[in-house]
Amino acid sequence: MCRIGAIKSKRKLHPSIALKLMRSQQEGHDDSGFAFVMQDMGGLFENYKDLPLLSMAAAVEGTRLAEDILRETGFSRVMQWSPDINNKKGLKIEAMPNYMFEALQYPKSYKHATKEEKEELLIDTAIRLRKTLEETNSGFIYSFWPDTLTLKEIGSPRDIGTYFNLWEGNKDLTASIITAQCRQNTNYDIVRYAAHPFFLEGYTGLVNGENTFYEKNREYQESLYKGYIGFESDSQCILYTLHYINKILKWPLKYFKHTVTPLSYDEIIQREDSEILLRIKASLANLEINGPNTFLAVTPDKELLCVCDSKKLRPVVIGKDDDTVIMTSEVAGINDLMPDRDITKDIYPNEHETVVVKDDLTIERWQQ
Amino acid sequence: MAAVKINEIHKNDLPWIIEYDESKCIQCGKCVAACSFNAIRPAVELRKSNSITNKGKAERVLVIKQNLSLDNYCRGCGMCANVCPNGAIKAVRNNDDRYSVVYRAVKADSFKKGGRSNLNTEGRTLDKIKIGRISQMTDPSLDAQRHTFELKTPFGRVLKADKLNFDVKDGNIIETTQLPPNRWIYPVIFGDMSIGAVSWRMWEAMAIATAYLNEVMGIPIRMCTGEGGIPTKLLKSRYVKYMILQIASGHFGWNRIIKAMPDMTEDPAGILIKIGQGAKPGDGGLLLASKVARYVQEIRGVPKADLLSPPTHQGLYSIEESVQKMFLSMNAAFNFRVPVAIKVAASVTSVSVYNNLLRDPYNIVGGFFLDGLAAGTGAAHEISLNHTGHPITSKLRDCYLAAVHQGRQGEIPLFAGGGLGQSGSFAADAFKLICLGANGVFTGRMLMEIAGCVGSDTGKCNACNTGLCPAGIAAQNDNLVKRLDVDKVAQNLVNYILATDIELKKLMAPIGCSTLPIGRSDALITVDKHISNRLDIQYGC
Repeated sequence: MCRIGAIKSKRKLHPSIALKLMRSQQEGHDDSGFAFVMQDMGGLFENYKDLPLLSMAAAVEGTRLAEDILRETGFSRVMQWSPDINNKKGLKIEAMPNYMFEALQYPKSYKHATKEEKEELLIDTAIRLRKTLEETNSGFIYSFWPDTLTLKEIGSPRDIGTYFNLWEGNKDLTASIITAQCRQNTNYDIVRYAAHPFFLEGYTGLVNGENTFYEKNREYQESLYKGYIGFESDSQCILYTLHYINKILKWPLKYFKHTVTPLSYDEIIQREDSEILLRIKASLANLEINGPNTFLAVTPDKELLCVCDSKKLRPVVIGKDDDTVIMTSEVAGINDLMPDRDITKDIYPNEHETVVVKDDLTIERWQQ
Repeated sequence: MAAVKINEIHKNDLPWIIEYDESKCIQCGKCVAACSFNAIRPAVELRKSNSITNKGKAERVLVIKQNLSLDNYCRGCGMCANVCPNGAIKAVRNNDDRYSVVYRAVKADSFKKGGRSNLNTEGRTLDKIKIGRISQMTDPSLDAQRHTFELKTPFGRVLKADKLNFDVKDGNIIETTQLPPNRWIYPVIFGDMSIGAVSWRMWEAMAIATAYLNEVMGIPIRMCTGEGGIPTKLLKSRYVKYMILQIASGHFGWNRIIKAMPDMTEDPAGILIKIGQGAKPGDGGLLLASKVARYVQEIRGVPKADLLSPPTHQGLYSIEESVQKMFLSMNAAFNFRVPVAIKVAASVTSVSVYNNLLRDPYNIVGGFFLDGLAAGTGAAHEISLNHTGHPITSKLRDCYLAAVHQGRQGEIPLFAGGGLGQSGSFAADAFKLICLGANGVFTGRMLMEIAGCVGSDTGKCNACNTGLCPAGIAAQNDNLVKRLDVDKVAQNLVNYILATDIELKKLMAPIGCSTLPIGRSDALITVDKHISNRLDIQYGC
């Protein structure tokens, strides 16, 4: 079973903290991979927050193709960073030749473009890059969005940490929000795209679970929005639903829970907002999830989100101290990082609950 | 050579032969009284006596004889055997009968029969499909007894989320426009057999069972009236909210409905416009005069005559116009508060119709009832029953996938019917159709079987058209109707649905679904490669 973790802090944190969070939960590891997404960057990327940041892993050919596409679209590189590689013998990792993280300036023609126009350009370019790299089997693009850095690799989480020198913290690679998982989605082929966390236009999602409505979700989402692609994992669907509800439909976040795990008809008709909830239940029936799931997410407003399936079949716990909140599968992980917190304030969300960590770290608990 | 008259009706011409054992018969006459088809009669035979006193002399013996008639012939219903105290009589299938040839050759008419198609040569697709995706390990099965399940489906037009015109105020969604009516109902509909096609006792039993399931058992099942009206008392009662009123090309019963509208206290559950039916696609309804009882005349407002609903709705000639006119008038009749749905026979063209309805910008159609080949019928020409139509499974799947192609699955809920439960498990058939994309199913024939229908798919009885139904289900003759116990039938219907409910949960649990698995074809496999290709489900062997 997967273990997942999301950390949000007033401080800027190095990804080593994610590795440490997951270490005591390693019963869930199977040496299939490690992946993390960093948002609200610090360190080297602190001064490039408004510029799109490309995260990709590629062969030489893929790197060249990506550079060509970016240049042709009008992007220009402002800053580039590559991780220090420790390629010692015996590490369990299927490394790619190049790992590129670069901040890019928008094309000149976008000087006066609106936020929406810029976002449109980013998603279109990301789709084009992915398509090209897929066709040539020459690399993977994980995110292309401001203030966001993603790394995914196949292998043992411990060795991946060693390979990228992630066990020791430093001030160069930091962010206030880090989400991570220490294995691949092993239901399907082991491919880098199938690793959590998934990212789309400022939304990050990771799941411990099985979405038995995967086929329904996928069939519906494929025609909903151009960015809903891949579907390498049944969990991606849940992120796409969050994106659809909040970004496309512009509905408040609380309606996400009403979409993925709608209340029963008998419960709804007791409520004042029954008309609305029944409409949502009918119109978005294809986005319901079923099966055991814990879903953690990050929103573009830098909020953390946690919801569970309607029967609360998967674990999750939320712990907090003065400057950090951690959501993760097992309390052991939180105990390692926050041994001195007040454990009586730990939150174990229920099946009707949405837990939201606001940007100022206040925690809201909404009952469905 | 004895003179053999080949061109007369002989026992061997008929589909069933009466076997009678005179030595067991006590001449009580019950068999003759029970035979609603007048297929047997008491007769006297002249025999040579074997008794000691009269040995060799002629004597008269009272026996039961089979009538040799094209009209009064044995249907194999078995009522004679049921009532015989000594097992002296039974009907035996004649595998070499010539009935269908002789009937046409003598009568110069199309042979009409009731019940069902008797030409199921192709085997049932649904029986070759299994629920093959079982949740185990990290994705656990649910517990059918312990966990909660929701077996409800929308009925009525569903709009895509971005067409709901929702506004957000103070963090809450609010409605800004009137939206099409939409109800949540149980995924099984009692459908749609008219008063007239079935006896008043059968119809009343269905209505009682519907009300009981709703009000006592909490199962929001709906019943469709069929095209034959509905008793005015029921129309004016609160129970009408469980009834889907049907209108078809004959418009039978609608005079009364319209007259009662001002006095109605509740809206009906829906309106179902019947364009066609699966058992005899392209053909209209047919109620032979023999079944037009006095009360049927009153409810329908018709004389005692053969009642034919035309094959088409008169004056309507295109999908858009016909559908719009009818739907708008029906929607307007109940002030746009009641879902209006359409029922068509499954056909090669079903997808075109469904596509048109999905694309209709006025969102007037609230349900698509697709009726398959193996559906039952009150009466039809045998040639239609046996040789026209389209199996339900692939056409339902086509319609669902056509909606998926447009990204509009679920917008017009699909309900499938036609031969469900034919091989014994109604719940399994319903479940598989739901996984293939149906929001729910409807059944009529299954209800008749629950009520005690003695017919079969292999030609037994199938005399629903005659008004002489030996079980009193499709009869209009008072003596026959009285054979049916209304309360017991209602109880059996309720029990059957309760059993179906348990069985549906027993299928939802192992695939890890707590709500209806509409469109979850990934849960299905088939042992037939052709079915796998056609339905786009996994092949298993």
